[in-house]
Amino acid sequence: MLWQVLSASGVLHPDVLASPGTIARTAAGLVSDGTLPSAMLVSVQRVLVGLVLGGVAGVALALASGLSRLGEDLVDATVQMLRSIPWVGVIPLFIIWLGIGEAPKIALIALGVAFHLYLNVYAGIRGVDAQLVEAGTSLGLGRWGLIRHVVLPGALPGAMTGLRYSLATAWLALVFGESVNADDGIGFLMNQAREFFRTDVIVVCLIVYALLGLLADFLVRTLERLLLQWRPTFTGQ
Amino acid sequence: MATDVHGPVSPKTADSASTAAVRVAGLTRSFGGRAVIDGLELTVRPGEFVALLGRSGCGKSTLLRVLAGLDREIEGEVSVPRRSAVAFQAPRLMPWKKVWRNVLLGLPGRPEREVAERALGEVGLSHRTDAWPKTLSGGEAQRASLARALVREPDLLLLDEPFGALDALTRIKAQRLVAELWRRRGCAVLLVTHDVEEALLLADRVLVMDEGVIAYETAIDLPRPRDIASPRFAALRARLLDRLGVEGPADDSLADGPAGGGLADAA
Repeated sequence: MLWQVLSASGVLHPDVLASPGTIARTAAGLVSDGTLPSAMLVSVQRVLVGLVLGGVAGVALALASGLSRLGEDLVDATVQMLRSIPWVGVIPLFIIWLGIGEAPKIALIALGVAFHLYLNVYAGIRGVDAQLVEAGTSLGLGRWGLIRHVVLPGALPGAMTGLRYSLATAWLALVFGESVNADDGIGFLMNQAREFFRTDVIVVCLIVYALLGLLADFLVRTLERLLLQWRPTFTGQ
Repeated sequence: MATDVHGPVSPKTADSASTAAVRVAGLTRSFGGRAVIDGLELTVRPGEFVALLGRSGCGKSTLLRVLAGLDREIEGEVSVPRRSAVAFQAPRLMPWKKVWRNVLLGLPGRPEREVAERALGEVGLSHRTDAWPKTLSGGEAQRASLARALVREPDLLLLDEPFGALDALTRIKAQRLVAELWRRRGCAVLLVTHDVEEALLLADRVLVMDEGVIAYETAIDLPRPRDIASPRFAALRARLLDRLGVEGPADDSLADGPAGGGLADAA
């Protein structure tokens, strides 16, 4: 309300921040002419591809280092070392390596995702109750049986936490990636809007980012509810 | 179930099955140079119910872990039946598997759900077949753990203070259940406990472990079902408590009921 009043009275100039009414009209316009849906599709696609690639890499590395001591020596030390590098900082390097097309954007998303999943899945595997592993051994489970029936299910809560973090990171990486250079996607819309002082479009894009983030979080929560219903945790009162 | 060769531990062959379920000779297990088990000798006959008493830290749980094949850094000879099963003090059910899947976990082949249902029926848990472990009470979880051990049709059942964490009433029920299951199955049982009365209620033979060896043993020839109030029971209890280093007067405070025999605090 206050925002609308300030905008209408001219105190809040449209170049600083557009009025809610304008934003709503712009949003409707962007949706009806197909700009926003197609931009969203491109962005969501980038996130999905990055998520899958980074997810596979992160989980594979976590399994390698979580399940074997040799893997731990080889993988974990390296990953922990790389962890201190701010991942956004590698954008220039990715551009030099991969050009300015889709590849560096997806690589950036995949990198952020892989790190979060790796750390949480690895911690999840190493956090499995040794007593349960022992019980599994006494029940006659072999190495593979222990991994399948005891270690991996035990690491699942950690993996789900990792998935949530990595989704948040994926959106962040998307914003960074698309703001550097893009000729489509939500980031491109925003860049274009910046050129023309279209604060209304920028706000619409921000809202879309937020909504997509919320949607992703909702999906993970649903997944958690389905997969972790066995967990004896406090669920609030 | 393959409790197989571990270190010098060898699985018992069929012909020796008639003579002993468990045979331990010269068993030594050291932690950091200190021998927790020191040249221990033990024989358990097939179908015999043996209780192993001892103070906290006397090595009785270590011995059970060795027999279960969970600890293989040992010297000496240990032979156990190929089919043996363990129930731990904590039920150690996999929280991510429903009760019946927990029961079948690790069984060879693809056992049917009915197999688990039968075992759960035997311990009176038919109604919790489909439950998540988190929804079980302490006693129910312990019974599920027993069903998981029994479904393996063991020749040797190893029980590591399985009633330790249960409340007094639940413990009495669980003890009766174990007595009945043992009578029905006829497998050898080694019960590790610190509860003298529990040992006297259930076992054919009670061993007292001290300083890494079996320091004392006595056959319990009381008729079953046993009566805690009988004078012979009381005499045996006094003798065992004495062996465990608990002074006479403390006996009174321990005589209230089956739950009162805990030595971990007294010793």
